[in-house]
Amino acid sequence: MLTFSPRASRAPQTEASLPSAAEVASPTRVAEWHPGLAVAGTVHVEIFASPDDAAGAALALSFALDHVRTARPDPLADAPDERAWLWVQDREALRRTGRPYRPGLPRSLRHRLVHVAARTPQDALFALEEGLRCRELAFVIGEISGNPRALDLTASRRLGLAAEKHAVPLLLVRLSAQRDLSSARQRWSVQAAPSPAPRWNPAAPGTASWRAELFRARRHPPGTWILRDDGVLVAERSAATVASEAGMTPRLARSAQVYLPQFRASRERGGQ
Amino acid sequence: MTGPLLESAVPQNEAGGRRILAVWCACLAIDRWRLTLGVAAGEGADATPLALITDTAHGPRIAAANGAGLAAGAQPGMMLADARTLCPDLAVAPADPAGDLAFLEKLAVWAQRWGPWSALDPPDGVIVDVTGSSHLFGGEVGLLADARRIFARRRLTVRLAIAPTAGAAWALAHHGPSDCVLHAADDPVRRLAELPVAALRLDDDTVTLLKRLGLKRLGDLHGVHREALVRRFRNRRSASANPLIRMDQLLGRVPEPLLPVLATEAPLVQRRLMEPIRHRALLDRVVADLSADMARVLEGQALGARRLELGLWKVDGEVVVRRLEVAAPSRDPAHLAGLFGRKLEDVDAGFGIEMVRLRASWTEPLALAQRDFEASAEVNGTSLAACLDRLTVRLGAEAVRRPVPRASHIPERAQRWQGPLDPAKTVQSEFEFHARPVKLLDRPEPIGVIYETPDGLPRTFRWRDAVHTVARAEGPERIAPEWWRERSTARLRDYYRIEDSEGRRYWIYRSGVAGDGRGGVPEWFLQGLWG
Repeated sequence: MLTFSPRASRAPQTEASLPSAAEVASPTRVAEWHPGLAVAGTVHVEIFASPDDAAGAALALSFALDHVRTARPDPLADAPDERAWLWVQDREALRRTGRPYRPGLPRSLRHRLVHVAARTPQDALFALEEGLRCRELAFVIGEISGNPRALDLTASRRLGLAAEKHAVPLLLVRLSAQRDLSSARQRWSVQAAPSPAPRWNPAAPGTASWRAELFRARRHPPGTWILRDDGVLVAERSAATVASEAGMTPRLARSAQVYLPQFRASRERGGQ
Repeated sequence: MTGPLLESAVPQNEAGGRRILAVWCACLAIDRWRLTLGVAAGEGADATPLALITDTAHGPRIAAANGAGLAAGAQPGMMLADARTLCPDLAVAPADPAGDLAFLEKLAVWAQRWGPWSALDPPDGVIVDVTGSSHLFGGEVGLLADARRIFARRRLTVRLAIAPTAGAAWALAHHGPSDCVLHAADDPVRRLAELPVAALRLDDDTVTLLKRLGLKRLGDLHGVHREALVRRFRNRRSASANPLIRMDQLLGRVPEPLLPVLATEAPLVQRRLMEPIRHRALLDRVVADLSADMARVLEGQALGARRLELGLWKVDGEVVVRRLEVAAPSRDPAHLAGLFGRKLEDVDAGFGIEMVRLRASWTEPLALAQRDFEASAEVNGTSLAACLDRLTVRLGAEAVRRPVPRASHIPERAQRWQGPLDPAKTVQSEFEFHARPVKLLDRPEPIGVIYETPDGLPRTFRWRDAVHTVARAEGPERIAPEWWRERSTARLRDYYRIEDSEGRRYWIYRSGVAGDGRGGVPEWFLQGLWG
């Protein structure tokens, strides 16, 4: 097992917005995702999850906590950052996965929650956008069930632009949804994973763990991690997943090589 | 009686004191009957004698009669048979007291066009608190003239009076000259001395008794020693049976519970429109102007509005009221007008809106602050309060809330939802001996569980048509019912924290134990979900 602690082995992150063609062609050279930049730089994250457990919401909370922990504090502020955060649920998400429960929320976040129970996906999107445009919110978590017509590429882009403009991270949990078009900068698919055995009572459930697959990201190659929140977000890659991804890498590289000249040619034609 | 009362042209000194407008619809039932038939007074069906009757155990009795009927001898309270002997061609129509009362209720709301507070005075009167609002109509005489004109347009016969107390206003409206004003500087004892004792709002028995005692005018009551009257009426608790209480209320010596206790004046702005408006764009314009006016008023008093009421008076006698609450005091005109914009979407203008009024019924201190709310919001983002206002206006106050802890062991009672910026009550910090799930279902869902009876760990359970094999479990955490609150048959709960073979974590409980005498076989529920 390879373990990434959040601060160790942080790849130098360039601010270049788009990866170069060489990086696309050989994904091993692109900065691999690791905790600590869960949300940094990318403020629009989509998490696909099942409506029969709370893995999506819990991972969103962990990402948010990771963001809060790694955020650089404002040197001029004299008080710690105690901004509120917003949790928006549409009715179906509320019915299937329940309401946030304050005693179970992370201790540093539970007193700052503002919860919005929207009736329709349109109302939920409105609430999300209003939340993103508010400078006094630390982050916004949304839970939307299915693939509503209102949440199309345009709406997704709107949310992303609002999030980037006001630097309020958006973590959108999609319950029982197809992977439709979206402009999210990171798209994850998450399911629960067996937890590690606790030290004192091996028969009890341990720290919540998730098998999270990053299937589309702008700056990182895709990958699968076992994530866990042990005070800091911990990502583990099992040897099996590393091997399988390594086995796939040459094929991906080949397909990229085949694909890239065509892409360039089409761009040149379009340019003339 | 008319001597001192008609000297109403004395200079007005309204410093302090309450001003009450009493409206008495002198023949409400007949006026309503005319309005229903659409005839003017003394014309058509109203030209011949007519009586409105109610059916009693002894036969039909006259409730009200029109002018011709009264002239022919039909008196309210008379049996119809007696009236027919005096006037054989007396026409009848059924009286409608319930309809009259409903009409009066609407009239009381509508009468708030002259003041922000009004009350019903059944069976046929309305009382309006016009404290501080008469300047909008050019003084109290102007207010009375305005009211008389508008009531005449609605074809209602009314008698009006303004006085410092509801009792005095009522007395003047019913028994004084028309449209008279009792100023705060006047001496009510002297000015009202000539009114009959019936002006004290007493029941009929007491009026008869006072007449038998030879006390016919209010001045006569002042002539008698108070102790004698107190002894005579010592058993009369109800105000309507005790002339002393009524006299004290009339003179303002004791407060009358009819009136609001707070004497604060809510900031009030209004626009009376030359032409009734029927279109949304114009209404938005008026609301924006009113918001700007209100902002100026509030800024002058260093206040911010928490609750605003927008009243739209329509030409056809209807009034539409829209209320708005904001999360933090605000007086930003664009923000407030924008919030009202959503509330006005379903207003039916009918034949047009002739008056619009904005009232800040709840204000809080707000110091001067940054301007250009909207422009800075585009650049810097909105503030939390503005964000919550927008969410609340579109989604409703019930949809935007915040969980706060509550002292209870029952999991679903351990948190309470309240408004996002409301101050939370101080509670003992929760004990964290036990893990709690991230999410709680609104209603625990029943599940089928295979477990070692009577109280062993669960092995397998079925939930939402899927079978979950329990890989790990921790429990039970036993939570007893709150006996001081719940019924004696409420069962205890044994909570288990479980993880199934795929790693999904749930919080399930068994309701009761087999053989606890509070029901049959224990049932299992799934209540919470862990991440």
